[in-house]
Amino acid sequence: MADKTYHLDIVTPTRTVFSGEVTSFSAPGYVGGFQVLISHAPLLSSITVGEVKVVDAAGKTSKYATTGGFVEVNANKVTLLAETAERSDEIDVKRAEEARRRAMERLAKKEEVDEARARVALARALNRLKLAGKKSSTVQ
Amino acid sequence: MATLREIRRRIVGVKSTQKITKAMKMVAAAKMRRAQESIVAARPYARTIAEMLRHLTAKTEAPAYPGLDSRPVKRVALVIVTADRGMCGAFNSNIIRTAVNRIEEQYSQFTAGGNLALYCVGRKGTDFFSKRNYPVASKYVGVFSGLNFGTARSIMRELVGAYERGEIDLVEVIYNEFKNAVQQRVIVEQLMPVPPSTVPVEAKKSRSLVDYIYEPSSAEIISALVPKHLNFQMWRILLESNASEQGARMTAMENASTNARDLIAALQLSYNKARQASITKELLEIVSGAEALKQAS
Repeated sequence: MADKTYHLDIVTPTRTVFSGEVTSFSAPGYVGGFQVLISHAPLLSSITVGEVKVVDAAGKTSKYATTGGFVEVNANKVTLLAETAERSDEIDVKRAEEARRRAMERLAKKEEVDEARARVALARALNRLKLAGKKSSTVQ
Repeated sequence: MATLREIRRRIVGVKSTQKITKAMKMVAAAKMRRAQESIVAARPYARTIAEMLRHLTAKTEAPAYPGLDSRPVKRVALVIVTADRGMCGAFNSNIIRTAVNRIEEQYSQFTAGGNLALYCVGRKGTDFFSKRNYPVASKYVGVFSGLNFGTARSIMRELVGAYERGEIDLVEVIYNEFKNAVQQRVIVEQLMPVPPSTVPVEAKKSRSLVDYIYEPSSAEIISALVPKHLNFQMWRILLESNASEQGARMTAMENASTNARDLIAALQLSYNKARQASITKELLEIVSGAEALKQAS
């Protein structure tokens, strides 16, 4: 499997979250989820809120919650430029709960100005919670 | 020769100055460590987003997006990033000197024609350029205490707005880059239009033969990527400057403390000499007095 790997960097404004050899990488593309294997054609895609799945050279899977960004695939070098990326076991569940509650409240009030923002916030919170919850099942 | 009392007073004065410089050094060191962490963390993202944009612009033809298209330069904007406070060695004066040189030499015809706009970040530069009647278009003062991304965004919003309205055709930033704790480098960087790819033609050719697949489309990616890129570069510049400022202040205060120590040592020596001299003089007076009494009796 070792020759089927390519280099992946996951970079966020605050730190480099992941840098290493992987065999598979999937991301929530703007027009639909996609997976990148070795020798993928050059691609530039914006991604949305969702789950990023990485299978490293040793075959271990890890998942990240992201809130959007860009993916570049070029000559077997993949870069994910994410606004945020948290590994499923590093997600702050309490904060996400809190955010979800706030977003729900705002949506319930139906203030039109903030509705779009609240919806995005809700999607982010739900995504984090979903991934944090999945943690136990991915370990098996 | 100075009297004992005068020397003693000076020693006390220098000592209290030294206390201040030592404290400032310590504060600067602590702040620098934090600032250094944030700039080191921000650099990979800044580099990656710039690289991505370069790949994108190298491969798509004539991307019509504000901030990318270069047009004949009629008006120039200079963003001058200094510190809010002094006591940091040549940090501010290096920037100001570079800026003045650039204004007077490189852009002299723009200056003469009134086609120059200065955007000053930091109190020191703002004061300098407003006092001397330079065309300061905008001032950002007090942004470095509690630096946040919103500041970078609002500076960029103003620049992009002016650029889109055609009020400025070129934006350059002058700032201090953080090399390490004791070294800063003055950088003049073109921000807008986004400088075209600097990749050598050879390398570009071999790679640009394959075009990217764009999702959703190159235009949409550009319109999302460019503002993000500009905001983040401005953020990086502010972080660079902030870390450099703390580093410069730490070094300056270290030097000041050392100087104070040398000064105290020198003063102490002359104090001791003066004290010795006065004791000798008193002894001499007593002895000669006693001698005179003895002879008289």
